[in-house]
Amino acid sequence: MSILSDLYQEVVVDHSRRPRNFRKISGRVRTAQGYNPLCGDRVQVYVKLDDGRVADVSFEGAGCAISTASASIMTEAVKGKTLAEAQALFDGFHELVTRGEDATSNGASLGKLAVFSNVSHYPARVKCATLVWHTLRSALEGDEGMVSTEQ
Amino acid sequence: MSHIGAAFSHPGSTVAEAAWDVQAVRADFPILKQKVHDQPLVYLDNAATTQKPEAVLDAIVHFYTADCSNVHRGVHQLSERATEAYERARDKVRRFLNAKDSREIVFVRGTTEAINLVAQSFGRQQLSAGDEIVITALEHHSNIVPWQILCEEKGARLSVVPIDDRGELLMDELEKRLNPRVKLVCAAHVSNALGTINPVREIIRQSHAQGIPVLLDGAQGAPHFRVDVRELDCDFYAFSAHKIYGPTGIGVLYGKSALLEAMPPYQGGGDMISSVTFEKTLYNTLPYKFEAGTPDIAGVMGLGAALDYVTGLRQDRIESYERGLLLYATDALSEIPGLRLIGTAREKAGVLSFVLNGIHPHDIGTVLDYQGIAVRTGHHCAQPVMDRFGIPATTRASLALYNTREEIDALVAGLVKVKETFA
Repeated sequence: MSILSDLYQEVVVDHSRRPRNFRKISGRVRTAQGYNPLCGDRVQVYVKLDDGRVADVSFEGAGCAISTASASIMTEAVKGKTLAEAQALFDGFHELVTRGEDATSNGASLGKLAVFSNVSHYPARVKCATLVWHTLRSALEGDEGMVSTEQ
Repeated sequence: MSHIGAAFSHPGSTVAEAAWDVQAVRADFPILKQKVHDQPLVYLDNAATTQKPEAVLDAIVHFYTADCSNVHRGVHQLSERATEAYERARDKVRRFLNAKDSREIVFVRGTTEAINLVAQSFGRQQLSAGDEIVITALEHHSNIVPWQILCEEKGARLSVVPIDDRGELLMDELEKRLNPRVKLVCAAHVSNALGTINPVREIIRQSHAQGIPVLLDGAQGAPHFRVDVRELDCDFYAFSAHKIYGPTGIGVLYGKSALLEAMPPYQGGGDMISSVTFEKTLYNTLPYKFEAGTPDIAGVMGLGAALDYVTGLRQDRIESYERGLLLYATDALSEIPGLRLIGTAREKAGVLSFVLNGIHPHDIGTVLDYQGIAVRTGHHCAQPVMDRFGIPATTRASLALYNTREEIDALVAGLVKVKETFA
């Protein structure tokens, strides 16, 4: 089960079972909700900005192992980043999960996010991995509406 | 319900069951021979669509290689052959449903279009503000949304009969909802998400007692047991070819001729008219009034072949075999710790929906796929059913006449692997 153990690497299973930054941030935060109507997954992302940087970021919601782990690892990856850096991470991540590791040279800079490289072999699962990132972008853009994977 | 016990009431049923050669049946389906991720394909997504036997594929190829022509038009040989075969297929459907008259058989794209046809034609004609349509809580979206659209347009109300924790209809709640304002009662014959066989005779009896016609969504019914629309006395019955071993894109609306006669056309175009001037158009007779435009002729050939295939194998034997397989699978899945079946009605057909240990259905589906096992994960186009059980989604294994006990064993082994992956 090589592809499978690559898809569900230990890191992914660990983050899906014990998601980091799985909480609500109160106070002056930007937030947005993401929804995948195909599977019913919902995620709420909270971001606190300080001087153009992501001072704190968290999420709540229910989803599959891929979407939960993606959200958890995303919060770790973007914390402390500028908005431009966060956007660059999203671009690199998007390349990674849609085209695979070989199609991008961003693998190194993506750090732990590289565990999702094999998602590209499972086209039906790409949206699971990217939903939370779209939701983050929506929150950063101050759009309080709902992000759907099926727009 | 006579179809439930049918297999057991025949004295020869044991012989019939013993004679069911599932390997011979499987040999009729070329697609089943393949491997997926280096494992033999275990196809358990039959409620989404069934695979097609060679006879169906041959019928489609034969039409395009030998008889391809438009129907009801030409005087030439090919068109005569195509028309003759097309109408012969209609008569096969009539016999399959035991309808009285082949004029009561309308070819449509599928169950969804059949229901939309009734909503837009019968519904728009019959409904006024304050009227009601009754549906059930276990319907597929295709038996919900067309009625919502209609109700919104007409200022009418959608009234929903609830289900219990097993996924069975609360029949006393149906009775409470029947009143003179109800213009139509719509129910699934079999739930696609739960497998519940609805007590359709009782639904029809109660509705007719108040003069209310009944539409049955037979998408998951017709593939699994014999349907006799005259014995049921239903007013409309809809099913899709692709869920009964036929091609996609073709399906059937049965309607009692008196109802169909009184209904206005659904779509305008060629074939549905008898004469057209700019001042006045006269509509064609049944069933052509509802078949505007060139139909899916090859699809109809495929549907005819699929019904021949099913009736050739004998529906009572199919029902008996699948029933045994469903019981085997129910027992096998129930023994997996942490697995909970969603939909435990006393009368079920074809469907095993379940949740497992809080593992998300999509993850289950991916791990099973990697072992060559095809199941459906998600809400199965029945979000209100998921809401009723307080879950976002289930994993669904759904059975067909070519599935085997070995495949159920493979599913169980696959689920054990799922649990290991996320342990």
